Amino acid sequence: MKARVFITLKNGVLDPQGKAIHHALEGLGFSGVNDVRAGKLIELDLADGTSDSEIEDMCRKLLANTVIENFRIERLESVA
Amino acid sequence: MKSAVIVFPGSNCDRDLATALELVTGRKPEMVWHRETELPEGVDFVGVPGGFSYGDYLRSGAMAARSPVMRAVSDAAGRGVPVIGICNGFQVLTEAGLLPGALMRNARLKFVCRNVPLRVENSQSLFTAQYDSGEEISFPVAHHDGNYQADAETLDRLEGEGRIAFRYLDDCNGSARSIAGILNDAGNVLGLMPHPERVVEPAHGGTDGRRLFEGLLETVA
Repeated sequence: MKARVFITLKNGVLDPQGKAIHHALEGLGFSGVNDVRAGKLIELDLADGTSDSEIEDMCRKLLANTVIENFRIERLESVA
Repeated sequence: MKSAVIVFPGSNCDRDLATALELVTGRKPEMVWHRETELPEGVDFVGVPGGFSYGDYLRSGAMAARSPVMRAVSDAAGRGVPVIGICNGFQVLTEAGLLPGALMRNARLKFVCRNVPLRVENSQSLFTAQYDSGEEISFPVAHHDGNYQADAETLDRLEGEGRIAFRYLDDCNGSARSIAGILNDAGNVLGLMPHPERVVEPAHGGTDGRRLFEGLLETVA
């Protein structure tokens, strides 16, 4: 079973990397980009039966720093 | 004073800190590898040094904060043993929950490596007793992730309780309220981005950091 964890900065937390990407996009001539926020994607290959609460625990204890980051878990259907 | 310096894979200021401690205390600190589960018996000061522990993987200090030795450091801090985290050590202490807030990428994205002027905000702590309140000093900084951030409530509490030990006098990394170093609520844990251990003898170009270790020695010994 696989799961994806998306880690994003909380609203209101300044994201200098997102800002730099935004500037670079504008530099390439892409107009109409209102804002850019950068985050992380972590893919987990998990034993079958791993519960949602276990994955949430992983996020709280290590994968995300909940002082500044939010996380969202997405389970992927296992491929036979 | 019996001190210990924690060493993670990727630490690179551990020997600087050990040299400064030996110079001031007259005693070589014990170097403690990250896999240890206990600190040396009778340790009365712990230093978490600068560097790039675990290559800054995931977030600066994140992996080191979960290493076995940090449980022992956390227990020692809970018993009132003074603990200092410098640069990456500060990042490790926030990630370990021993200090509030987080250290993010510098606001202008550049690695900052220079001497910075600081103001001593609290001269009543274990670490700052030899400085005058409001005194201006200079320590070097060398970091990419030194932008201190916390929610407004936490920042207000730190200010209200006199837990901001040092503030930057110029904006070198975007830190909220120019915070360069903070204390925990019990006052025995200090985290700071600037490097006091790099200014302890005249050949370093400054000696402003020396009094931090001298003050500690006086209080602890």
